[in-house]
Amino acid sequence: MKGDAVNARAMTQPNKPSKREGAPPQSQDLPEGLTSSDLLDIYSTMVLVRKLDERVWALNRQGQAAIVASCQGHEAAQLAAVWALRASAPDYFCFTYYRDLGVTTALGLTPLESILGFMAKDGEPMSGARQFPQHGAMPELKFVNSSSVIGPHAPQAVGFALSRRMTGRDTVVACFFGDGATSQGEVHEAMNFASIHRLPVIFLIENNGYAISTPTRRQMAIEHVAQRAAAYAMRGTTVDGTDVIASYQAVSDAVMYAAAGNGPSIVELNVERYLPHTSDDDDTLYRARAEVEEARLRDPLKKLQELLMKAGLLDAGEDAQIREQAQREVDEATNEADAAPYPDDGDVLAHVYAEG
Amino acid sequence: MTTMTLIEAVRAAIQSAMRSDPDVFVIGEDIGKRGGVFLATQGLLDEFGEGRVIDAPLAEACIAGIALGAAMDGRRPIAEIQFADFMWPAINQLVGEAARVRYGTKGKLNAPMVVRCSYGGPVRGGLYHSQSVEAIFAHTPGLKVVTPSTPYDAKGLLTAAIRDDDPVIFLEHKRTYRSVHEDVPDDDYVVPIGSADIKRRGAHATIVTYGLTVHYSLQAAEVLAGEGFDVEVVDLRTVRPIDRETVLESVARTSRVLIVHEDNRTGGVGAEVSAMIAEEGFGSLDAPIMRCAGIEVPAMPFAPTLEAAFMPTAEKIAAKLRELLAY
Repeated sequence: MKGDAVNARAMTQPNKPSKREGAPPQSQDLPEGLTSSDLLDIYSTMVLVRKLDERVWALNRQGQAAIVASCQGHEAAQLAAVWALRASAPDYFCFTYYRDLGVTTALGLTPLESILGFMAKDGEPMSGARQFPQHGAMPELKFVNSSSVIGPHAPQAVGFALSRRMTGRDTVVACFFGDGATSQGEVHEAMNFASIHRLPVIFLIENNGYAISTPTRRQMAIEHVAQRAAAYAMRGTTVDGTDVIASYQAVSDAVMYAAAGNGPSIVELNVERYLPHTSDDDDTLYRARAEVEEARLRDPLKKLQELLMKAGLLDAGEDAQIREQAQREVDEATNEADAAPYPDDGDVLAHVYAEG
Repeated sequence: MTTMTLIEAVRAAIQSAMRSDPDVFVIGEDIGKRGGVFLATQGLLDEFGEGRVIDAPLAEACIAGIALGAAMDGRRPIAEIQFADFMWPAINQLVGEAARVRYGTKGKLNAPMVVRCSYGGPVRGGLYHSQSVEAIFAHTPGLKVVTPSTPYDAKGLLTAAIRDDDPVIFLEHKRTYRSVHEDVPDDDYVVPIGSADIKRRGAHATIVTYGLTVHYSLQAAEVLAGEGFDVEVVDLRTVRPIDRETVLESVARTSRVLIVHEDNRTGGVGAEVSAMIAEEGFGSLDAPIMRCAGIEVPAMPFAPTLEAAFMPTAEKIAAKLRELLAY
């Protein structure tokens, strides 16, 4: 596939329910590499991520978390992407952004580790609580989120992929960001370079329709972010990012395309943002409540729950168990993080340069 | 030993590093067949191929960002930005990103990268091809900023920069590229980052400087020698970190100090050196700390008369020295 490979069907109907929705997922309907058991695992993880997200938002309102960027509404896209990377890539590495609690949790960051970050407590593993929550590096879990500035991680992700190719490693690099980030020059520069060198990078765009308060129509004159792909002779697809199976399929296709040496892709995942941009934002200033309520009809968690129940893969008792288990895990993590001290200021000067 | 210009010394350091370390690669605009605008990478494409000599799109943020991403994965990229004036599109990747990688990951990641860049005048470069940018980078913890003035120092410092595990901004004064020659060892050697060098010994006053104005300062010192004064010239060689010991030791011996740089005076490296001497060497001073620096206009203007008005010259430095010595 070349630059004309933009998925026209998906581009014209990005938010239409997939044909599978509402019907039990038969194994022949599931994308390659995704099993019914995976769907249940994704569901359990999604329940955990939602409870964790609700908890840290509450901690902010209680004055215990200085800043929160909620991922509620993005979970299906985030978890499907990680499951697809794991199943389809020979090796992978992720450059995440601040709204990726689902991605980081799926990659193995524990609720305790996340809450330590939101509360800026000692033991936070990504930056030692030097950075905002969910920022820093977890190379042992194959991800980094170095910056709060929008977009500079895109050329870094491409440089990382270049490094992997130079050293003969087949690593697919996933670079996550929102629709607003595509307005940045550095994102353009990254896509251009990645495509020139046919690097195995997937630009995963979680399009929730808002760059803080500015709606997409004020960010770009095109209908779908993935249309940008054509200008780079790059593959671009748009999918319903609240649909786990459709998201998995789109990311998995892009991963296999990259792993086969064909180069980068844009995968635009159309999601919803149920809460304000961050805990410091007030979305009632710019967003009608009716719009948010309507968006909740696409709640990825509810959609996956219904799908699994209709398919007979989940019953009410099992669902309650999953939720109780997640609640317990989040409660225990909260208590442990609450009891943890703040970082010792004795090492505030450490790690500016290599020691010694 | 081979007699080299500064640009040849730069090329020798890059070539040697690429031969000995497969993690080293170069990326920049026109660095392949063209060999770079100043020919620093001449011949490297033939020897190392397109995989390690990467002609980049005209996009400085991309060049710096690609280098940073590769460095975060353990490569040792050398990025070339053609002119210091073109650093600004890349400034976020360097000051905002590269400088904070180690600190912001509590040491889990680091960025062993070098960003090479030509700077300074007078070369009839006007507002956008003559600028000095060291103060911005020298202000930033997490970066190291190197400013060699001679071929020997350039080769040894660049070798050190490439081997360094933190990001180094390597500023090459374009007026020194071909005007300074000296014997340079053929084998690899390192000039440690953060070590100043006393380029001329003297007892009556100290000039603290770096880059092209080292040579102007040496000329001024020669003029003053004819007038019976013995002036010491300290070449900082690195403006972050600054070699405090060498500067303070020199000032303790001479009791008088003139700081010279081409960059604008306000907030320049000289302001930091001056503050450091005032804080830690005040007791040894017999005269106020003086500065001879670029004038307070945004950048060096184009016309030769205007360019001359901007630049510190040997004559201006000599005049300032007389004022200092007469105090």
